[in-house]
Amino acid sequence: MDGAVNASSRSVVFDLARQELRDLNKFLHGDLRGVGSVTVENPDGANSIAVGINAPVMVEVNGHAGYYVAGMNQGGTVVVHGNAGPGCAENMMSGRVEVTGFASGGAGASAHGGLLVIRGDAGLRCGISLKGGDIVVGGDVGSFSGFMAQAGRMVVCGSAGEGLGDSIYEAVIYVRGTVTALGSDARLEPMGEDDLRVVGKLLADAGMSHLPSEFKRIASAKTLYHWNADANLTY
Amino acid sequence: MCGIVGLLLKNRALRPQLGELMVPMLIGMTERGPDSSGMAVFTDRVAVGDRKISLYCKERNFAWPSFEGLLRQHHGVSRCEIKVNHCIVTTDSDPQQVREWLAREFPAVHVLSVGRSIDLYKDVGLPAAVADRYAFKRLSGTHVVGHTRMATESAVTPENAHPYTAGEDWCLVHNGSLANPGSIRRKLEKLGSRFESDCDTEGACRYLHWRIQSGDTLETALEHAFEDFDGFFTFLMGTENKLAVVRDPFACKPAVVAETDDYVAIASEFRSLAHLPGVKHAELFEPKPAEVYSWTVQ
Repeated sequence: MDGAVNASSRSVVFDLARQELRDLNKFLHGDLRGVGSVTVENPDGANSIAVGINAPVMVEVNGHAGYYVAGMNQGGTVVVHGNAGPGCAENMMSGRVEVTGFASGGAGASAHGGLLVIRGDAGLRCGISLKGGDIVVGGDVGSFSGFMAQAGRMVVCGSAGEGLGDSIYEAVIYVRGTVTALGSDARLEPMGEDDLRVVGKLLADAGMSHLPSEFKRIASAKTLYHWNADANLTY
Repeated sequence: MCGIVGLLLKNRALRPQLGELMVPMLIGMTERGPDSSGMAVFTDRVAVGDRKISLYCKERNFAWPSFEGLLRQHHGVSRCEIKVNHCIVTTDSDPQQVREWLAREFPAVHVLSVGRSIDLYKDVGLPAAVADRYAFKRLSGTHVVGHTRMATESAVTPENAHPYTAGEDWCLVHNGSLANPGSIRRKLEKLGSRFESDCDTEGACRYLHWRIQSGDTLETALEHAFEDFDGFFTFLMGTENKLAVVRDPFACKPAVVAETDDYVAIASEFRSLAHLPGVKHAELFEPKPAEVYSWTVQ
């Protein structure tokens, strides 16, 4: 069953207090021509809200979401007016996902593209295995964030926990606050002109106002890029 | 995977509704744990010399009325409440003597908990079915620790369901799994602990109880646990006047806390908290890894 369609504004409302999550997701996977926006009421922490979007649709979730909200998003804009559970926007391909509250572990995991904005804190393993997406976090990120991140940028306006950027590849992490500990093969590097421009652009896209010069750059020291027979398994 | 849920009522007026508030929390975690579930309910304490003992018998046709008769003949029993195949006894006899008497005369009857405050129920089945079977909705009290189980490392049986207890007025539920339950168990057995199931969680429960009995606070006991437990866990623990939660240093398993002036509620996922009154204005947060959070009944 489709949600209630408002003909004049082409907006659709799904109330998860009386409609099935599966119907919302089926609707989002269907023909969305002419649909401007979809509002989800009473999400009540349901899992897998708005996963697999493949259209430039706007989805607003009015409340807290559970696991995997906006996972695999391709081209959609999803705003969670609340907190998000584990794995929000995981494997995003493109588009934009915004969480106004905090996000649990694994936010933006494996994202290939698009922008994930978290206004509050992000839990552990934010941006793990990032593959080209961008993540801007207004607050802190938990431990092991950016683990094995291959491409993309993370901008952390607060502080980072332990093991930041462990075994990172070509992704770059920018942190404004303190870093409890860098992970293996991650190192602090000077901020260049490009870094200042990138951070400024991402902060502007996220609607956050900090000075780019307040951020530190963390990237790969590339000591793990090649097998070193002399390392004697001391990695 | 498993689900954990806990609720501590700060507002005394809500205490008669403890079960009513808790049951949707438990049922909300059905997808995380459809095999078995259980609840430890902490009520007003019985008299100083009395103890409550929660009993369970696997045999569906167990003759509880004649059991009650014999129990009353041999022990001072002021209350004996039979609920399906559970029975909660209030006695002024030494609980250890009751335990020994049970082991001798009724080996099929298991002691689930002992204390002045704790009542314990656990069984196999969907959380909704277990909640109905023991009329969880009608339970009242100060705080409750609940669990829904999806078995990963031991069989689906009532004794392997959570909560686990050790000593008096102490219980623990677990989401996660331990890789070294055998070595924890052997260590504790040498020190005199007796195990009643083969679930890894029983080791965690008895280990923490042993540390606290040896003089540790809950916080220092958990510091030792971080060293001695190899595995991942979110533990939710109850004592006669406390509810506490801790996540392993890698925070492998989820937990979310909602606190208002009326209550503190903890669950693996927010969807188990969404029905609670005033939750929209609650302070919501996720417990940080390796940090102990506890709340005391006022």
